[in-house]
Order: sequence, then structure tokens, then C-alpha cells
Amino acid sequence: MSQKNLKEYWQKNIRIVLILLSVWFLVSYVFSIFIVDVLNNFIIGGAKLGFWFAQQGSIYVFIILIFYYVQYMNKLDKKYDVHE
Amino acid sequence: MSVQIWTFIIVGLSFAIYIGIAFWSRAGSTKDFYVAGRGVHPIVNGMATAADWMSAASFISMAGLISFMGYDGSVYLMGWTGGYVLLALLLAPYLRKFGKFTVPDFIGDRYYSNIARTVAIIAAIVVSFTYVAGQMRGVGVVFARFLEVPINTGVYIGMAIVFIYAVIGGMKGITYTQVAQYCVLIFAYMVPAIFISLTLTGNVIPQFGLLGTESASGTYLLQKLDMLQRDLGFHEYTTGTKPMIDVFAITFALMVGTAGLPHVIVRFFTVPKVSDARKSAGWALLFIAILYTTAPAIAAFARTNLINTVSEKNYTEMPQWFKSWEGTGLIKFEDKNSDGKIQYVANKDANELNIDADIMVLANPEIANLPPWVIALVAAGGLAAALSTAAGLLLVISTSISHDLIKKQLKPNITEKQELMWARIGAIFAVVVAGYFGINPPGFVAATVALAFGFAAASFFPAIILGIFDKRMNKEGAISGMVVGLILMFFYMSVYKLGWFVDAIPPAGEWWFDISPEGFGTVAMFVNLIISLVVSRLTSPPPIEVQQIVEDIRIPRGAGSAQSH
Repeated sequence: MSQKNLKEYWQKNIRIVLILLSVWFLVSYVFSIFIVDVLNNFIIGGAKLGFWFAQQGSIYVFIILIFYYVQYMNKLDKKYDVHE
Repeated sequence: MSVQIWTFIIVGLSFAIYIGIAFWSRAGSTKDFYVAGRGVHPIVNGMATAADWMSAASFISMAGLISFMGYDGSVYLMGWTGGYVLLALLLAPYLRKFGKFTVPDFIGDRYYSNIARTVAIIAAIVVSFTYVAGQMRGVGVVFARFLEVPINTGVYIGMAIVFIYAVIGGMKGITYTQVAQYCVLIFAYMVPAIFISLTLTGNVIPQFGLLGTESASGTYLLQKLDMLQRDLGFHEYTTGTKPMIDVFAITFALMVGTAGLPHVIVRFFTVPKVSDARKSAGWALLFIAILYTTAPAIAAFARTNLINTVSEKNYTEMPQWFKSWEGTGLIKFEDKNSDGKIQYVANKDANELNIDADIMVLANPEIANLPPWVIALVAAGGLAAALSTAAGLLLVISTSISHDLIKKQLKPNITEKQELMWARIGAIFAVVVAGYFGINPPGFVAATVALAFGFAAASFFPAIILGIFDKRMNKEGAISGMVVGLILMFFYMSVYKLGWFVDAIPPAGEWWFDISPEGFGTVAMFVNLIISLVVSRLTSPPPIEVQQIVEDIRIPRGAGSAQSH
């Protein structure tokens, strides 16, 4: 693979990682810790929203994040012809 | 049939399965021993990683801790799952592409230095031993309660079992045993949770039961629980008492520590392809999440049940489980005002009931009046959780000794057969030391699980991340970062958790930036990161070959060739 393509592939990889990590940070640290009191004014089922994110919601989001990344990277690997 | 007989049957049967699998999949080469021959399917590996990862602490203690901490307990839930996002996105695929056996191997080669390798070996051994001692103790405690043998006998039985499959089977044996152990532990965790969710909320799925209404009162379970807590003077269940910065620091330290734990990282070396390494991190988290999203439900159910059962009730009317756990000393009742009733309140002077957090999961089936076989199943689940983690850790210790220390540094010329022999000797040594700590637990064992995470966060995580994402990172930077991170973590933990070097453990008010020793790994990690970056920029860049290695691990293709040695 040429240097230019390699660079492009790596930049796309970094970009998606940064986007997904921002979501990771948002649900766990922002929603569940920094602004938990604000979100607690909303109710989901019988639980306060901030509390729910801290105890269950962020875990569901984590799983989605990883499987999305797997799918995205598999496509990217094929596009740049670096898959196995 | 009695609980005792059921326990013998179910625990005995599960052990027979583990040993059978160990013989069936015993290791024939170092590749089998270290990385299970690299033929593990990502879903299978995900399951094995989940069992490897979920220890006695996850199975037995976590729900109980959350039960008492309420919102503050979220640090464990998020911290011990969020690390997998970091693993999948930042570590697993690249380490797999790198294609070596161990974490010190990566550090040693990437930083072209045996000093770096040695620092990594020390960190791996410190992390693994502090962690494994707690597991062996956990095994002993579970045996003691359910088989009614002395704790030490329980530890010996645990040692014998782990010995068989870690020493004979190596990674290959461990992988397939861990799959069986995952099935046992998740089944054992879910059965009582589902039953309790049904009786308490009418919802068959505990995750939804947590959000539902309590059948008896018709109000939302969590609102009811908040009210019960307030009435007794406790903090509201759904809000916390810890400072926000500490909640942040602990969560972050646990996440980064998870991503840096060597026994979890090595699991990603066992799959055939880079894309499989990413996938198996996802599967691992999915399997882990089944337990981790159930735990907060169990915590809330158990708390509600407990308060309803004991508060202001006559001591003489307590159910059988209360009496049998009193016998173990994990429940203590003292009738301070001699009214014959149990006052369970927040005020320490008036409170008459002390409960160890660990019983919340173990006693759950009894509290919910479930049949004896469920109680036996929970015992088998707790043992599966402790044994699978212990085996994974022992393997890290044994490979650190045979591969990183002996083969890579002391005697590079030994044959594969000799190396395999050293790996087994290392495993035997590790089992014996772990057993010793299980029988004679040093005072700091309980504190050391947090310490293990702090160490992993403070040492490995920055070195690995920078090794992949910063081509300019050199050995001077990585070594100084790891050393300073480890020393800083050790210092803070010694003084503020263990009370070494000082007259007394300083009170929480004196913590640096309000951060507890459990969360200090976050600070040590950032200090490591900054020192690494600064030192590396002041010294010469790494050699061209190393920069090429870094380029190479960034693309998935060609992992096949990197794995031959």
C-alpha cells in the first residue's frame, strides 16, 4: 500500500476513534457524573435518567459503540485493501 | 435433598467438567501454552475473556457494594465495563497485529530495551499477585460457607483445581475451561435474579424490573427505596455522597486499569486475525454486560428486601437465612435499646445491625426462599468466577517468568521444550505463592484489588497507548513514565490507604484534590503520560526499525506473518 493511502487510512481510523470516544465520554462522564443532577429531573420507567445512565444506560451504549467500530473498521479495511 | 448435598453434587460436577476440559485441551507447544495456538473463535474468546475478567469481586461483592452505596456504586458498573471500549478501540487490534505473546514482550520490543521489559515484568507480576491473592481467599470463603470446611482447606482445594488446568493446559486449557466457567457463573447469577425480579416486581427481566413498580406497594421500586432510605436516615439510594471529582477519578482509574490489566490483554492475542481481536472485545463486553446490568437490579432488590425484612421487626421472628449468616459472623445484631426489635438506621449509635456487603449475593436465594439447588448453584458460580480469574492471572505470572524473563533475557538459547517446562515451573511457583497469600492474607489484601487497577493504570496504559499512537515515543520517555507512575501510585496507596511511613492513615480530608486512593490511578496515569511525552521530546527519537514497527501495527494485514517466532 502506498504511503499516501496508509496515511489516509490511519487518519480515518483516528477520526472514528475520536468520535466514538466522545460518545463514550458523554454517556459515562458527562451524563452520569458531571450533569447527573440535571438529568435526574427526567424519569425513565421508575428511575431518574442520570441514575439510569450511571447504572445501566452507559453500559448499553458501550456495547453499541464497539460493535459499530467493528463494522466500520471492517469496511474501511476492505476499502483500503488492508484486510486479511 | 439438603443444600449440603446439592452443593456437593453441583460443585463436584462443575469441577469434573473443568478438569475434563483441561485434559482434552492440554498444551503441546509454547504457542498452545501462551496463546492457545491462536485458533480461538472471537465469540468463544469473548466468553473466556468475560469469565477471566469477572472475578469473585464481580460475582460476590459488587452487587452488595452497590446495594449499600446506591448511586456511588456506579463507579464499578461504568468503570469495569467502559474499559472495554478503550481496549477495542485503542489496544486490542494493534497488540494482536504486533503478534507477540505478552504485554512485557510488546513493551520490550517497542521500546527496544530490556530495562523497559523488566519494568513491565515487575508491573505485570505486582498487578497479578495482588489480584490473585484476593481470588484465592474468595475461593476459601465460598468453600467455608457452603461445604462447611475450614477456609484453609477451601484454599487448598482451589489451589489443586487451578493447578491442574493452568499447569497442564496453559492458555489452551484455560480458554476452554473459562468458557464452561462463564456458562456456570452467568446461569448461577441470573436464576436467582430472575426469580427475585418476578416476585418483587412481576417482571421476568431483572434489568427492566429495576425500572418497574414494586408489586406489593404499587409504587416505583426506586422511589420506594429512596423513601425507605430517607426514613431510616440513610442517603437517598439514587443520589450519592462522594465528591464528584472522586466519582470521576475512580471511574476513570477503573476503566484505564481494566484496559491495562495484563491477563485481559493477553486474551486478545489468542484470536486468528486483527478483526477478530476487535470483535472479541465486543463479545466480551456483551457477555460481561449481562451480569453488569443485572447487578444494579439485584442491588436494589436486595436492599428493598433487606429493609422490609429486618427494619423494626422482632429479632425472634427473623427468617432462617438471617440466623445461618449470623453464624458466619457476616451479620451481627446487637440489641442496644433492649426492645427485642431490630433498629437498622444510619445513626451509628442507634444502629443495631451490621451486615457484610458480601452476603447480598450469596444469601439472595435464601432471602427469596428459592429451592436448595439454586443456593448450591450460586456457590458453584462464585467458585467459577474466582477460579477462572485466578487461572488467567497465574498464566500471566508464569509467562512473565518463562518467556519474558528466562527466554528473552537470561537464557535466550533454550529450546521450546525447555521453555514450556519453565512455563509449567512458573505456574507451579505462582500457584504456591497465591495459595500462601490465600491462607495468610496480608492485611492489605482487601485494599489491593483497587491497588492492582491503580498500578495497571499508572504503568501499562500510557506506555502501550503511546507506543501505538505516538511514533516519536522512545524508551527514555516510556521507562521514566512507567517508573514515576508506579512509584507515585505506590506512595499514595501506602500512605493514604495502608498507613505505611506515617503514624496513622490520614483522613479523607487530607486527600490530594479530594481523590481517594482508589481513584488515584487516574492522577498517576496522567503524570506518567506527561512525563513520557516531555522526556521523549528531550531525547533522541526511536530507531527507524522501531518506527517501521509502529507503522506496521497500524494496518491489519499481515498479522499471520508476525506470529511466527
